[in-house]
Amino acid sequence: MSRKRPEPMQVVKQRRDAALNALVHGVPYIRFLGIEFDRRGDELTGLLNFNETQIGNPFLPAIHGGVTAAFLEVTSIISLSWAYLWPDIESGAIDVEAMAKGQLPGLPKTIGFTVDYLRSGLPRDAYARAIISRSGRRYATVRVEAWQDNHTRLFAQGVGRFRMPHTPRD
Amino acid sequence: MVDKSVMARQFIEAIPHAKALGLKLTDIGDGTAVIAMPYDEKLIGDPETGVIHGGAVSAVMDTCCGAAVMSHKDAPGGTATIDLRIDYMRAATPGQTIITTATCYHITRNVAFVRAVAVDNNTDTPVATAAGSFTVEKLF
Repeated sequence: MSRKRPEPMQVVKQRRDAALNALVHGVPYIRFLGIEFDRRGDELTGLLNFNETQIGNPFLPAIHGGVTAAFLEVTSIISLSWAYLWPDIESGAIDVEAMAKGQLPGLPKTIGFTVDYLRSGLPRDAYARAIISRSGRRYATVRVEAWQDNHTRLFAQGVGRFRMPHTPRD
Repeated sequence: MVDKSVMARQFIEAIPHAKALGLKLTDIGDGTAVIAMPYDEKLIGDPETGVIHGGAVSAVMDTCCGAAVMSHKDAPGGTATIDLRIDYMRAATPGQTIITTATCYHITRNVAFVRAVAVDNNTDTPVATAAGSFTVEKLF
């Protein structure tokens, strides 16, 4: 008895990228900030593409603290949603075409979010990665870190607490 | 002597991201600031309900807290956020302006402590609350 033949790589990739694309581009505020996600397997890295409207201190200049907070929060929610939806994306249980048409599955809601500002955000691209400390049936806690040129020199870090979406499986 | 309220208002209104969010500083002085963020479809976080994204609420909160620090009589100049914690009580009602009020309730030579609350038309239950600490900078 042999294992099931794996699906062709482009089929898998196409499904994963379509799901991620629907998740990210379906939200107006994420588009407004210009945040994109880079995917390697199931790992996501948030990408804040710099533009002048993100400036919070024109004299330095520096990225607005609110933009940094929002970037961390968006990266947390998308990474948490991605981890939560991953099994259904892999199995094909999620209708990716419906997602692309705007029928997004329920997403986690933020209960609270804390940001530490470690350095001023320079007027250039920023990156962030979230680590899910715990994702349960009702609640989740996510740590998130953001950096610019040098990964070891974080300019902000945060912790978010989330209420997980209700699923029919409950 | 420079009127600090005027200076703070000019500072806030010169912020590119505050402009992008459509923020309006409606009141400032003596360590307290009030900033309004009108409803805008580009700020939606949940396309199904039209509810504003938490990140946008964070951005007004941060701006408002910073403005409150700068308007405090013991703050000589600018400020930067050290940390900010936000708790989300409920979704803001779609279509309504979000109004945040921040108070700098204590300030030392180096650190300013701030609390803020955000409401929409329903002023009885907050949409979100925030607490943070900010740096106290010399005149910029």
